[in-house]
Amino acid sequence: MYSIGDILLGIAASGIRLATPYLYAAIGETLGQRSGVLNLGVEGQMLLGAFAAFYVTYRTGNPWLGLLAAVLVGLLMGLAMAFVTVNLHAEQGISGIGFYLFGLGMSDLLFQKLLGTVDSVKGVPDAHFPLLSDLPVLGELLFRHNWMVYGAYALVPLAWFVLNKTPWGLMIKAAGENPHAADSLGVSVAKVRYATVTLGGILSALGGASLSIGLLKIFQQNMTSGLGFIAVALVYFGSWRPVGVLMGALLFSLVNALQLWVQVLGLPIPADFAVMAPYVLTIVVLVIVVQRARPPAALTKPFTRE
Amino acid sequence: MKTQWRERITDLFYPLAAASLAFVLGAVVLALLGVSPLDAYAALLKGAFGSRNAFAETLVKATPLLLVGLGICIAFRGQVINIGGEGQMIVGALLATALGLAFPDWPGWVMIPLAMLVAMFGGAVWGGIPGVLKAYYNVNEILSTIMMNAIAVQLMNYLLRGPMIDPVQAQRASQIPQTAALSAAYRLPRWVPTRLHLGALIAVVLALLVYFLLWRTGWGYRIRAVGYNPHASRYAGIPVKRYTVLALVLSGAFAGLAGMIQVYGVNYRMITDGSATGFTGGAGFNGIVAALLGQLHPLGTIPASVLFGALLVGANAMQRAVQVPSALVTALNGLVVVFVVSSEYFRRRAQKRRLLRATERAAAQAVREASPPRG
Repeated sequence: MYSIGDILLGIAASGIRLATPYLYAAIGETLGQRSGVLNLGVEGQMLLGAFAAFYVTYRTGNPWLGLLAAVLVGLLMGLAMAFVTVNLHAEQGISGIGFYLFGLGMSDLLFQKLLGTVDSVKGVPDAHFPLLSDLPVLGELLFRHNWMVYGAYALVPLAWFVLNKTPWGLMIKAAGENPHAADSLGVSVAKVRYATVTLGGILSALGGASLSIGLLKIFQQNMTSGLGFIAVALVYFGSWRPVGVLMGALLFSLVNALQLWVQVLGLPIPADFAVMAPYVLTIVVLVIVVQRARPPAALTKPFTRE
Repeated sequence: MKTQWRERITDLFYPLAAASLAFVLGAVVLALLGVSPLDAYAALLKGAFGSRNAFAETLVKATPLLLVGLGICIAFRGQVINIGGEGQMIVGALLATALGLAFPDWPGWVMIPLAMLVAMFGGAVWGGIPGVLKAYYNVNEILSTIMMNAIAVQLMNYLLRGPMIDPVQAQRASQIPQTAALSAAYRLPRWVPTRLHLGALIAVVLALLVYFLLWRTGWGYRIRAVGYNPHASRYAGIPVKRYTVLALVLSGAFAGLAGMIQVYGVNYRMITDGSATGFTGGAGFNGIVAALLGQLHPLGTIPASVLFGALLVGANAMQRAVQVPSALVTALNGLVVVFVVSSEYFRRRAQKRRLLRATERAAAQAVREASPPRG
């Protein structure tokens, strides 16, 4: 049996770990949306990234090469999304759904054709910090996760810094709030959006990889099962701020961890309702949060120079 | 008249070219996987249209796509992006199935229309919630409809494992999560020996009705007006919020009906494999693809649905013939969406050029008429 302390520690530690894929995807999405592009293809990018990372790791035995593969796939998917939304002015929501279906089908197709069976890999190693990792409680809670977890949390201050303290951040926000003014000041709105959407693609793919070769060490068809869409919702939740996104990701992963433990412990709550909880929570939270935050003014609006 | 026809043809040219490009890219993927694209596509075509039975199966698969697609035409025309077809289908089917199982001894001609209405109601509620949230609370409907999908799946899993489980399964160790079968009287009539059922005809009739609704009634006019220009519509006195909700309610109702028809026309019971697509076959998403290729026109959505129905049926034949997983079709559908949406750009550009030329011609004409001929 588990003691209450074990359970709480288990929930907290897996909560911290489970936030990883949300963070990669949602931070990337934040940058994209701040520059005016809604990328709804996140889920597809995650799936393809998850597969690429898993496949290369499986074949080479080297998880770092797997991550590189995810980066390349994310780069290509991001560039495609940027081309379609920036150059061709395609409706962002619908084209995103197209990219989602593409990623969903393609990752499944490649998995069946190239691997066929579910197998596991060693994946990204767990960190071991001298002394810290061996601390009771704190060691398990904070210092024994795989390296991708730390990468995800590092993104938050990094994104905050870029958005608020650098000229790049200013350009991104200008492109998303008032592209015409930005343009007249010599900022290339197209270039800025290409950069953020491509970076978003890379980060989403890494988020997928953090699932396939970080947390679970396996690949399965549709293994993200809606996680990418929740990541998009987290950007609204976090009012387009990296720190807000972090709060949202932690809340969701804790609810998820709780839900998993409800099933592990066999509590008399139907598992289906436990699985449902994060989605209901998303809707409720969207209702509450959207009332006080304002999205970037040019979000989803294609830009044409006049 | 002549130019109008030319415009219609060019309007069709762009989405069709875009869809073709998706299939060309699919061929490249096949070639890269070491499969002959010709063999694969031939197997696909044969599987979808090769025999009377194959064609009937194609129409069976096309039916839910058309119904969901009709709802998508209404929603997208009203500038509401309904991604919740999967959930709306599930909830509609759950209500209709519960009704049919609760009252097994009514005549079919009473139960079937009633079940249709109940399913439409269920789908309408499931679509209406995101509608209200969008109109009155400013919640992005793309996100809320996706969440509603996930909630509906879990609701279905819960009901089919628990309260609605087939009493026979409840006794067994296997506990397959499915409901009992509907009474034979409630089955939609079939064109034996195929599985083609009355639902296909109902869907086509409804396509005509939706066309009528959107272009010949005040409701339809106002839904389109709100989608085209919400600000102007507000000035014109249209209650914009109410029409946003209405667009999602109607859209959900059609998806709900699609769910009911899957149960009453094809499976005669509900069964879940834990995922949404296990029940819907992905129709909630693929209906969007069909509607987009059909240019968001109810009548255009009919052939588009048949095309995607053929893809779904053909994919299984292709999987058997050349060992290419049918997941290829999901990927292809994604490409079709991306390309068709992108092709709008080229269509608009061509339209603009046409307009410019016409204006220039008219201007030249006016100049000629105004100045007397020199001589």
